[in-house]
Amino acid sequence: AGQPHKRRRTSEPSEIEERLESLICRVGEKSNSSLESNLEGLAGVLEADLPNYKSKILRILCTVARLLPEKLTVYTTLVGLLNARNYNFGGEFVEAMIRQLKECLKVNMYNEAVHLVRFLSDLVNCHVIAAPSMVAMFENFVSVTQEEDVPQVRCDWYMFAFLSSLPWVGKELYEKKDAEMDRLLSQTESYLKRRQKIHVPMLQVWTADKPHPQEEYLDCLWSQIQKLKKDRWQERHILRPYLAFDSVLCEALQHNLPPFTPPPHTEDSVYPMPRVIFRMFDYTDDPEGPVMPGSHSVERFVIEENLHCIIKSHWKERKTCAAQLLSYPGNNKIPLNYHIVEVIFAELFQLPSPPHIEVMYTTLLIELCKLQPGSLPQVLAQATEMLYMRLDTMNTTCVDRFINWFSHHLSNFQFRWSWEDWSDCLTQDLEKPKPKFVREVLEKCMRLSYHQRIIDIVPASFSVLSPANPVCIYKYGDESNRSLPGYTVALCLTIAIKNKASNDEIFSILKDVPNPNQDDDDGEGFTFNPLKIEVFVQTLLHLAAKSFSHSFSALAKFHEVFKTLAESDEGKLHVLRVVYEVWKNHPQMIAVLVDKMIRTQIVDCAAVANWIFSSELAHDFTRFYIWEILHSTIRKMNKHVLKIHKELEETKARLARQHKRRDSDDDDDDDDRSTDREDGPLEEQIERLQEKVESAQSEQKNLFLVIFQRFIMLLTEHLVRCETGGIDVFTPWYKSCIERLQQIFLQHHQIIQQYMVTLENLLFTAELDHHILAVFQQFCALQA
Amino acid sequence: AAGPGSAAMSLGGTLSILRSDSYAELSQYRDQHFRGTRYDQERLLRKSCTLYVGNLSFYTTEEQIHELFGKSGDIKKVIMGLDKVKKTACGFCFVEYYARGDAENAMRYINGTRLDDRIIRTDWDAGFKEGRQYGRGRSGGQVRDEYRQDYDAGRGGYGKTVQ
Repeated sequence: AGQPHKRRRTSEPSEIEERLESLICRVGEKSNSSLESNLEGLAGVLEADLPNYKSKILRILCTVARLLPEKLTVYTTLVGLLNARNYNFGGEFVEAMIRQLKECLKVNMYNEAVHLVRFLSDLVNCHVIAAPSMVAMFENFVSVTQEEDVPQVRCDWYMFAFLSSLPWVGKELYEKKDAEMDRLLSQTESYLKRRQKIHVPMLQVWTADKPHPQEEYLDCLWSQIQKLKKDRWQERHILRPYLAFDSVLCEALQHNLPPFTPPPHTEDSVYPMPRVIFRMFDYTDDPEGPVMPGSHSVERFVIEENLHCIIKSHWKERKTCAAQLLSYPGNNKIPLNYHIVEVIFAELFQLPSPPHIEVMYTTLLIELCKLQPGSLPQVLAQATEMLYMRLDTMNTTCVDRFINWFSHHLSNFQFRWSWEDWSDCLTQDLEKPKPKFVREVLEKCMRLSYHQRIIDIVPASFSVLSPANPVCIYKYGDESNRSLPGYTVALCLTIAIKNKASNDEIFSILKDVPNPNQDDDDGEGFTFNPLKIEVFVQTLLHLAAKSFSHSFSALAKFHEVFKTLAESDEGKLHVLRVVYEVWKNHPQMIAVLVDKMIRTQIVDCAAVANWIFSSELAHDFTRFYIWEILHSTIRKMNKHVLKIHKELEETKARLARQHKRRDSDDDDDDDDRSTDREDGPLEEQIERLQEKVESAQSEQKNLFLVIFQRFIMLLTEHLVRCETGGIDVFTPWYKSCIERLQQIFLQHHQIIQQYMVTLENLLFTAELDHHILAVFQQFCALQA
Repeated sequence: AAGPGSAAMSLGGTLSILRSDSYAELSQYRDQHFRGTRYDQERLLRKSCTLYVGNLSFYTTEEQIHELFGKSGDIKKVIMGLDKVKKTACGFCFVEYYARGDAENAMRYINGTRLDDRIIRTDWDAGFKEGRQYGRGRSGGQVRDEYRQDYDAGRGGYGKTVQ
């Protein structure tokens, strides 16, 4: 159904390229013959195509090596077969791979670079690359740890690229070069011992080591490789199609890798952040099924790597992704459902952020449940139960994601859950993690349905945790309130608004409202009158309470009044306070109103930040919706800066194009005199945009400084109070607050990196309590 | 995180099996009341940030829609579909995002899942225009509710012709 287009003359070769790509990418799929015979057939086809399509085949194979790591051994086998038939092609492929690797490192594509390194190392197993030359490359990798004045994350990457290839090629390399390998492993050990791990607490999903330690990723991998070595490099999980072709492949001539010097560290280098390995299951969790490989087994590493790669390949196609995950080979030897669920939660809970949008994981799990209705839902229920049990030590950010996932998941299954199993939380203090979690889940469930539904789905005993009925609280509503100041004006306003009054009429009605801050009157124009704001906002929001659309219309219609009343910083803060007073039962409404008010510039981001830390909101400070509002506010600020920056760059580009056109048209009769006239306005525009960008960036920095300042004040107050009172610092409130501070750093780390000097010199100085300073130091350690 | 798109090109691009994005593609449906050519309509659909959402219960609220669709990004506007005669909700709506990418994610992950216990369906929309919030069925609701033979408690019971 598209537009008809002319048949291009180049369509034939590109059709052939598509066919080749398809043949290569789908080798072994939907075939009655074995993978081995498919590979043999494909090798024959490609060999025949080499004279005409060599460069295309090289490109496709290199791309497949980079982007389909879950099928690594399938394609190394293919390359092995091609190399056996055509030595020159093998050599050219290796050269192309090295070029690709260098390019990846140059543009900071480190995750893809790891796949290339692993591919090269498996080519040793296929007799394409000589083992000694691979060892030599790894020696260059490991020697990066000797470099001075480089970030630790750089050395980490080279170490990871070396270690993570060993499950595939450790055996072969050790057989050929054991002395060199022992040396490399001992250098590895000493590097791992001396590297700092300050960042670990910030990245752990659970702060407890029981039942499973949450290990730093290099430590875990090292333990796995040590165990592999102890097992004499016997690795039985990886599917190795090349084994079936051993007789053919061992006849092939091997190539030596050219000496590879790791590109030097530059200012533009951005290395991957360190990770903590998420573990929630072990073999005891599925006593009836196949045994789950231990946390320090290399099988566990390979399975997890492959499952993560499958998600990375197919995240846009949820049905394909689910099918690919479930058809991971080794299904009957490993408890695949448990691995899949663990890998998915590992991504969902990953700090700082999940690799993909959160909602993807909810939908993927639902697809998996559809495909395995007899087994997967039970594993998921078991996982949910375990996550609930461990809430006490779960990072607050991860609890947020758990709340969002669980409530959304339940809404797809009629909210069916065995709530009584969680009755233990009813006897706990409401601020404790478990009852808090249930409250937040029920609130989110209500947002996806309605209040009565939630009352109906939980046992009566859970009513203490049920959300409030999301009704509006109008202080001037009742006759009994007629003694309140502003009551009559409120009545007047109500009638006026119902009669479609204009902004001017509203202003004149509000003139009659006395100012309780009379003595603060500066006599110039509009002063901050909290009562005026109260009467207007209460009345308007009450009249517009029916739906979001009604409220948005109200904000739009009376925008002028809002802008005037909220002109000062105090005015903005008071508007937010009144919104809260009216809608404190309906956090969702508060969030959308704050969003609209920022977008229509009734309030600014700093006002929202100050409001969140104000004493009026202290009672709700640990509630999830508050942090959703704050992070949404920060994101709006960030997007605003990016948008203006983009506008500036585009305008600069337009000017550059104009100059170029003028320069090239210099000799021609230029009919278009307007280019001369356009230059001036464009230059003016650029100047204006430049100012706008600077002002936006300054507002953005100010927002973060305000937030950090308020955190420091709040936390310091608590710490001092605890110290003088001799009570334990670690209350549920404190845990929540300090982790919310961490969350700011983690969720916006790229922006905050720009402010390191200011933060270090102004806010996070040595005089600060060490509890608070530790958070800053952990953050610094992330890219150190 | 992947490197910039231009780097990916210099590295030999990507693979078509990885480009597959069937959930975000245009469906076969084209609004017959659209003013303009097929080409115009498709051009608008391909850059639209607005989704049509169908098979809603008559009782599903704007708030519920906002909560669910907010999971794929910031929502600019929700416009409830109304019965032309009764001016009450008649089981569809439009959701407009600020960014197309957020709408794409809704097509990938919210389309085909449940809201108010019903599997809802999303599709690209060329953009809201005044009048499009009304059902086009003879009785005022949606066309599908005119001729429906089955009983659907969330959509007024039996179809209008049956009634």
